[in-house]
Amino acid sequence: MSMDDVFKALADESRRTLLDRLHARNGQTLGDLCEGLAMSRQAVTKHLAILEAANLVATRRQGREKLHFLNPVPINDIAERWIGKFERDRLAALSDLKRQLESDDHE
Amino acid sequence: MSRQFIHVTYIRTTPEKLWEALIRPEFTRRYWVESWQDCEWKVGAPWRMLGPDGEVKDAGEVLEYDPPRRLVLSWRNEFIPEAKAEGYSRCTYELEPAGDAVKLTLTHEFQTENSRLYQGVSGGWPLILASLKSLLETGDALEATKRWPENV
Repeated sequence: MSMDDVFKALADESRRTLLDRLHARNGQTLGDLCEGLAMSRQAVTKHLAILEAANLVATRRQGREKLHFLNPVPINDIAERWIGKFERDRLAALSDLKRQLESDDHE
Repeated sequence: MSRQFIHVTYIRTTPEKLWEALIRPEFTRRYWVESWQDCEWKVGAPWRMLGPDGEVKDAGEVLEYDPPRRLVLSWRNEFIPEAKAEGYSRCTYELEPAGDAVKLTLTHEFQTENSRLYQGVSGGWPLILASLKSLLETGDALEATKRWPENV
């Protein structure tokens, strides 16, 4: 897979939603992922295949179940390409600040 | 919440070279924040990860050793008391040829929900894996992984 595949996979709201759900709770089955989504099971299956082909999702069989995991490695590779070595900490601080200011409920 | 994560990366190298890079101190020191592993590399052998100051950062045992395909370690953090109290996690490396590259699948499983070790390493692994890839493909590791981080 190439970086093009990663960007193409990310250029879709439904697929980003699936990644958000895995980010919130890693290791879900197809059934878990479909729950509460306005997408057919078939559509979710298709999106997951695209995400897996782009290496954004990794899967693992556990008994009879197939679990889906968010694989952050390609996203990290994108960040490494454009984020300089000294910017990382400042960006993390800015991102924390933004998250704090924008959240209504906080942990 | 899940008690495991899976990270997958494709590295243009051979399984043999990747295997060496995963275990030999002269490689790991370059992409793994100056850390190195002290181990006899056989099933049942004790395993220790040492930081640049020689302090034991993590420790465990070799559970499976099948070069250059599969390595399984039990893994406990030794320098963060809350993480150490969680006991052993399990870390599996799987190497599979994939065209002109090797698919490296890293699975790290934890015994406890909301594991402190999970929080610590889940953010670190993608960077270490990216640096390992960079070292094998370009001969140079990523700058961010060349030194043990100051705040840890």
